[in-house]
Amino acid sequence: MTSATLFGYCGAAMVGLGLFGLITNPHVLRKILAFNVLGAGVFLMFGVIARRGAAAGLGGDPVPQALVITGIVVAFSATALAVALLVRLHSETGQTTVSSEDPPSSSGQGVRS
Amino acid sequence: MNVALAFDLGLAALLVAIAGWTIAARANIGAIVLFMVDGLLLAIVWVRLSAVDVALTEAAIGGGVTSMLLLGAATRLKDTESNPEPAKLTLLLTAGALCALVSAGLAAVVFFLPDPAPTLAPVAMANLAETGLGNPVAGVLFAYRALDTLLEKVVLLLALVGVWSLARDEAWGGVPGLRVYARPNTILVFLAQLLPPIGIMVGIYMFWAGASQPGGAFQGGTVLAAMWLLVLLARLQQVPAISLPWVRLLLVIGPVLFVAIGFLGFLVADAFLAYPPGYAKPLIVIAEATLTLSIGVTLGLLVAGPPETRLQQ
Repeated sequence: MTSATLFGYCGAAMVGLGLFGLITNPHVLRKILAFNVLGAGVFLMFGVIARRGAAAGLGGDPVPQALVITGIVVAFSATALAVALLVRLHSETGQTTVSSEDPPSSSGQGVRS
Repeated sequence: MNVALAFDLGLAALLVAIAGWTIAARANIGAIVLFMVDGLLLAIVWVRLSAVDVALTEAAIGGGVTSMLLLGAATRLKDTESNPEPAKLTLLLTAGALCALVSAGLAAVVFFLPDPAPTLAPVAMANLAETGLGNPVAGVLFAYRALDTLLEKVVLLLALVGVWSLARDEAWGGVPGLRVYARPNTILVFLAQLLPPIGIMVGIYMFWAGASQPGGAFQGGTVLAAMWLLVLLARLQQVPAISLPWVRLLLVIGPVLFVAIGFLGFLVADAFLAYPPGYAKPLIVIAEATLTLSIGVTLGLLVAGPPETRLQQ
């Protein structure tokens, strides 16, 4: 087994762990965190593919590496927007969880059909 | 087993263990600190994968700024810490089994990757000399896939517009409510006076060196943003109101100049974002310089959040 393959398994494990946290933890902040763990796993697998493509005197294929850099920045943008949405949700409703049950109608303005 | 593989084995085990702990930790702040540690470990992994450019980005953005953003939110949502209803056992088991299946599938993909691996490295290197850049990753970002890079800057701005649009009506155009985790104490103020001169130089160097060595606009911009946030947190400077003209100008100058260079390509090199022969490097360096500045301000304001207090007239 090479180091690249080892980190590939590592990335696969991180995707699974992140997905698990995303599904099971009701707190939205923890969902955002889990989503970032998932993303880090995906990026890592990308890096393994880049490393395997080492050629022309380079340590890795620069194209996937550049895509990962773009991906990390976009993931950060999405995280910032998600955090802002969560903080606003909390200040409006006092809630920090999303559940399938009906939200408490404390505001009294919810339109019910 | 050689020493390098043993090191990688330990690193991989630590990485997965801390990722699992991040998910399982009880306290929000504890989980975020673990995530930050994982981000720094990942940076080491990226170095092991010979991707130093990505390692710098991961350490700066993945581990650093993202964690800072999440810590700010966790501080603000402190009263919601306790988990009211833990997830049901059946849900945990089902989700666990499904996620294990996903991981196993991805591991199988890694196991069955084609050999020899497909690669674009020779093509990337073959045309790199024409761009005048020495760093193949910078070549991909600013020459071959420049449109991706341009759109990514636009995504950053769109995210900022999204964050700002969450402001209350009366606070629009006002000062972002940068969350304070600790009252500014003497150590924080001392660090905020000591580090920025060094950090600003490191940030500019990272952008400048990025043309021929690992580094670049994102990494340099993130370091600049970190220095700015440190000064703001220590209250050595006020957070600027989002309606100030210089703030808006700094936000858009990088992307606008990049788009302008893109349209210049139509006139002088017959394609959008094409560089005329011999002028590729100067144009890329000009675009990168302004982008570094714009990225720094955008990242700083993304962390600062939506405006909360009205601008003092």
